[in-house]
Amino acid sequence: MMTRIFAAAALALGLSAGASALEGDAHAPEKHEWHHAGPFGVYDDHAVQRGFQVYQEVCASCHSMNLMRFRNLGQRGGPFESEDFPNPNDNLVVMQIAAGYQVEDGPNEDGDMFMRPGLPSDAFVAPFANEQQARASNGGAYPPDLSLIVKARGGGADYIRSLLLGYEEAPHDAHLSPGQYYNAYFEGGAIAMAPPLSEGIVTYADGTEATVEQMAEDVVTFLTWAGDPHMEARKQMGLMVLIYLFIFAILVYLAYRQVWANVKH
Amino acid sequence: MSGPSTYKPSTGIEKWLDSRLPIIRLGYDSFVDFPTPRNLNYWWTFGGILAVFLMIQIISGIVLAMHYVAHEDYAFESVQRITRDVPFGWLIQSMHANGASFFFVAVYLHMFRGLYYGSYKAPREILWILGVVIYLLMMATAFMGYVLPWGQMSYWGAMVITNLIGALPFIGDAIREWLWGGFSVGQATLNRFFSLHYLLPFVIAGVVGLHIWALHVPGNGNPAGLEIKDPKKDALPFHPYYTVKDGFAIIVYLMVFATFVFYMPGVLGHADNYIEANPLSTPAHIVPEWYFLPFYAILRAVTFDIGPIDAKLGGVLAMFGAIAILFVLPWLDTSKVRSMRYRPLTRWFFIFFVIAALGLGWCGAKNPDDPVPLLGFKFVYLAQFLTLYYFAYFVVILPLLGIIEKPKDRPASIEASVLGNDKS
Repeated sequence: MMTRIFAAAALALGLSAGASALEGDAHAPEKHEWHHAGPFGVYDDHAVQRGFQVYQEVCASCHSMNLMRFRNLGQRGGPFESEDFPNPNDNLVVMQIAAGYQVEDGPNEDGDMFMRPGLPSDAFVAPFANEQQARASNGGAYPPDLSLIVKARGGGADYIRSLLLGYEEAPHDAHLSPGQYYNAYFEGGAIAMAPPLSEGIVTYADGTEATVEQMAEDVVTFLTWAGDPHMEARKQMGLMVLIYLFIFAILVYLAYRQVWANVKH
Repeated sequence: MSGPSTYKPSTGIEKWLDSRLPIIRLGYDSFVDFPTPRNLNYWWTFGGILAVFLMIQIISGIVLAMHYVAHEDYAFESVQRITRDVPFGWLIQSMHANGASFFFVAVYLHMFRGLYYGSYKAPREILWILGVVIYLLMMATAFMGYVLPWGQMSYWGAMVITNLIGALPFIGDAIREWLWGGFSVGQATLNRFFSLHYLLPFVIAGVVGLHIWALHVPGNGNPAGLEIKDPKKDALPFHPYYTVKDGFAIIVYLMVFATFVFYMPGVLGHADNYIEANPLSTPAHIVPEWYFLPFYAILRAVTFDIGPIDAKLGGVLAMFGAIAILFVLPWLDTSKVRSMRYRPLTRWFFIFFVIAALGLGWCGAKNPDDPVPLLGFKFVYLAQFLTLYYFAYFVVILPLLGIIEKPKDRPASIEASVLGNDKS
């Protein structure tokens, strides 16, 4: 079965080689050992929790995550999943996080929109009302939504991590406009995002030392989870399905040998 | 091989039904007692695999359609909501998206099998042509299905392909506008593509019915390329011999499928399709899904004007010609020998044809101006050479080899080929 998986992987590589190759002169992303990699890899919940904190306190000032709901944080496979709260809308941690935001609701009986504390069922609150406002506040650049960012970039988690750590002194021949920074992993080198992480910009709730490397790893783990929140259930079911099919295949093969035993073919 | 029916209704209700609607008899004659050559190898199991995948696609697709929103503002998010919030939506969506790829893997292997063993030759021309019709319908269905998630590649892929129609002289622009339902790919396009994407699989299912009907008149071809002479010696009943063999192949194929669905659900897709469609931002490289890459390479291989035909129209004609030529293949191959087992020369040209098809897929994925590794010249030149071979195989090599090649001795019967008293 391993050879079959290997063959399938080789097929996949062959088929997607053209599509996934990073083009241009940008550096190839640095490979990183992820806790969630491999057929049995699961998310490091603490890293996802810390990564969420980094998102909340750093990324969220410019980047939306429009596909996320607060309840996602407490759902099966989520960072604040708890056996006490099978329904993530009842999860106390999630309720507390959501209540930390003001959300527009309405219209009320008078026809007015009003602000209220967030609920687990609310979407993550976006920093800007619309694309125009986002551009106006960011020197014309549009900070992309981060819900799917790991899936939406060739190189995935490795790329995002490399990008976060990849700021450096611009070479002499680089053309940087005002408000642009040099990042060797970014296509073209000139990126409008200021280096987002700096030593101690976040004070981790769990006491982990907030080095830039640590924050990059944590926030990318969080973003990977956000883009693929059912990965653990998917891998678990995959194992069961493959075991089932493998046994089924053996039985049918034996039946085949039995049926064809007296037939030369 | 539709001989006299051997079905004997045993119970009262079967007899009652049989004299009114002999549907059990039809099933029995087609899938139980049907005389099938005893020498079929595993290349013959892809028909069954394809039937399974048509069902997987239709069933998963019907469920997806219950949750999908065909609106340019909501389509992208609705697909994401399916994978996030619909119970087992991640599974259904992954099965459907990867199922398309596995459908095409199987159909390509099925077609290469047909090419190698001469399955298109008399009396199976209609069977082959119906197969090409199914393939065309599959391509249309897959293309429109890929537009529905409304990601960047969906949108720009649709833009590139529909713009090809505009290359047709005089009527091109009008047809393109009619396809779009407007002046660009937009809401009207998405809505009609959704409608047609739901319709075409059932058309495919209908043509599959005809395909099986056309198969059951002459019966299966086989690796020896001989017809069944004596069903008692040359053939076996379809059930249990081939139900169990097909069943085994289907399960093994499903294991590979499951590996993708559960462990690398996105690997056959493109990262750009996780970005919502944006008409104002063109991706750096627009590439179609892998199963269209060979045709995409042929399209881009025509970089020169041919008389009054400009390069763009030439590319479009070459691309459609590459599929159209399959329709007349039964009359291009002049050899009376079906199986390439007995065609020592042709089989080499066939092997190179397979390499050319894969090579075209490679060219389709690459930037035409990039150099080919090891060879050094541009991909577009490789694509041109392989395109030339692709067409030459059908219009020069097969017609010519049928005349000049001396085939090997063929066994007297299927039974003889199986029992090994032929050494060819």
